[in-house]
Amino acid sequence: MIFEVFRQERKGQPFQHAGSFDAPDDRFAEIYAREQFGRRQESAALWLVPRAELREIDDFPDEFDLKYRRVDGYSIKTRLREARERAGTLVSDESA
Amino acid sequence: MDTRSQEFLEYVQSGGQVETGDWMPDEYRSKLVKFIEMHGNSELMGVLPERDWILRAPTLQRKLALTAKIQDEVGHAQLIYRVVADLGKPRNACLDDLVSGKSKFHNVFHYPTKTWGDVGVIAWLVDAAAIVSQKALLKCSYAPYARIMKKICWEESFHILHGRDVILAMVTGTQEQFELVQEAVDRWWEPLMHFHGNQIPAEEDPMYVWRIKSQANEEARQQFLDGYVPQIRELGLEIPDPALRKDEETGQWHYTEPDWEKLRAVVTGHGPASQERIAFRRLSREDVAWVERVVLAEAA
Amino acid sequence: MSARTELLLAIADDELVLGWRDSEWTGIAPYLEEDVAFSSIAQNEIGHARALYELAAAELGTTADELAFDRRPEEYRCAPLVQLRRMEWARTIARHWLYETADEIRLDVLKASDDSAIAGIAAKIDREEAYHRMHAEMWIDRLLATDEGRTRLNEAVDELWPYALGVLDADLQGELRRRAEERLGRELPDVEPVSRGRHEAELRDLWEEMTIVRRSAPAGAQW
Repeated sequence: MIFEVFRQERKGQPFQHAGSFDAPDDRFAEIYAREQFGRRQESAALWLVPRAELREIDDFPDEFDLKYRRVDGYSIKTRLREARERAGTLVSDESA
Repeated sequence: MDTRSQEFLEYVQSGGQVETGDWMPDEYRSKLVKFIEMHGNSELMGVLPERDWILRAPTLQRKLALTAKIQDEVGHAQLIYRVVADLGKPRNACLDDLVSGKSKFHNVFHYPTKTWGDVGVIAWLVDAAAIVSQKALLKCSYAPYARIMKKICWEESFHILHGRDVILAMVTGTQEQFELVQEAVDRWWEPLMHFHGNQIPAEEDPMYVWRIKSQANEEARQQFLDGYVPQIRELGLEIPDPALRKDEETGQWHYTEPDWEKLRAVVTGHGPASQERIAFRRLSREDVAWVERVVLAEAA
Repeated sequence: MSARTELLLAIADDELVLGWRDSEWTGIAPYLEEDVAFSSIAQNEIGHARALYELAAAELGTTADELAFDRRPEEYRCAPLVQLRRMEWARTIARHWLYETADEIRLDVLKASDDSAIAGIAAKIDREEAYHRMHAEMWIDRLLATDEGRTRLNEAVDELWPYALGVLDADLQGELRRRAEERLGRELPDVEPVSRGRHEAELRDLWEEMTIVRRSAPAGAQW
């Protein structure tokens, strides 16, 4: 079986994919993961998952360009300038 | 080249990264497999010159450090062959080709080790030459390989330090110990100069074109010389190449042109220890073939 | 030499020689993942030897390296079990498991020692060897799960059994037998233990190789 290993460098850090290896079963996998990714105490923790259990999703369609959910869907420069002009708070060298 | 491959080429040449499931041109895939497989083979074969010395290490500390270094190399082989397997060539197929002589491994591992001086020189200088290449591979266009190179580079840095420590103990020890180191340097210099490969320009090197390698052979060699010639000379050791010198204006190192035919002969299995090592791998693999059979059998 | 030092040296020599033997698999173990794991076990054993030698060295006014390398082969106190050279995987696993089982019994006694340094080091070694035992148990289970594995394991155990008994003092051998027989689900042969004090020819070969570089320079040379 192929196992994937995710390791955490330090507590508080995210778990990141570190590699994969072959093992006959869970017990062997635990020992091998421990040795291959932790023998120098270089990882705070490891997650071990059989590759067959992992599912990847790598397509994210956006047919209608629904940008309102993202920061780049907003352009406030023009209206902000207008509002400042009206309020008399526009500083002359302001560009935004 | 067809359009799709051309686009792919431009993509990787502008820094694009490739993942395992991505479409890739056949040529890219086959070059990739060949390159990465050779690296895996080298880590595995690199173990053989060194492991005898685990048994002869003269202190407990050195024994532990050398065992750990070789253990790292085995671990690297495991990570690397796993990448190759995910590209479609299983580990056992790689090992079959290795022991039949069909596939290659780096020149330096075709040479015998004769003394404890070799142990120091290999860990210090051979690993240093390797790390120059390996750092460049951090930028490999094939991302799974680039990612494992991080762990490999991190672990190699301890090897070089260990090697240098071994050398320093000897060059500050007895006269005989100093001479052991010098003699090892004398023997390993040619393989070290061969290590990064011939001076093929980057644009003519397919590995570079596809951004599998991100640096030309000569660039790597110059980096190695820049970093390590001063380190060697400052210990009072001599380098057996009278032509070796740095051009202060251009910053380029000049050296006696290595015999590239000899390099070719070595990596095609005609090095001083090539056949012996391949045979050893083949036999030890046969001895333990039953283990995989038993271990991979369905659990009762 | 005090009884305490003799004891420390016996266990240190066991761990040194077994670690030396186990390290011989580095690079050529049955497969890569196991190679990495087994190499850690070998390193741990050398680490245990070093810690034990350091305790003994303090008493004897010498150093761990001098105790590990600079005695004559006849002066080593390791059990014959670890002296055997068996570059065969079933025998390696059998020895590993038998040794760890015996060592667990031995360490249980030492952890209860009045001597706090000995009790302390025994506890540390035992904590690390919990992982070794896990590894050995896993292999025993896996070998016992197939006909071929079981046959090979049993052959190996039968060959090593008299030596395994010899790791322990007479009063602890019964416990080793009990645990081994329960684990294997069969009776083990009634044999004379091959006890400490006997030096196999293989130990001399090991010593020659182990000390070849060290002996090439005058005593006290730095490496």
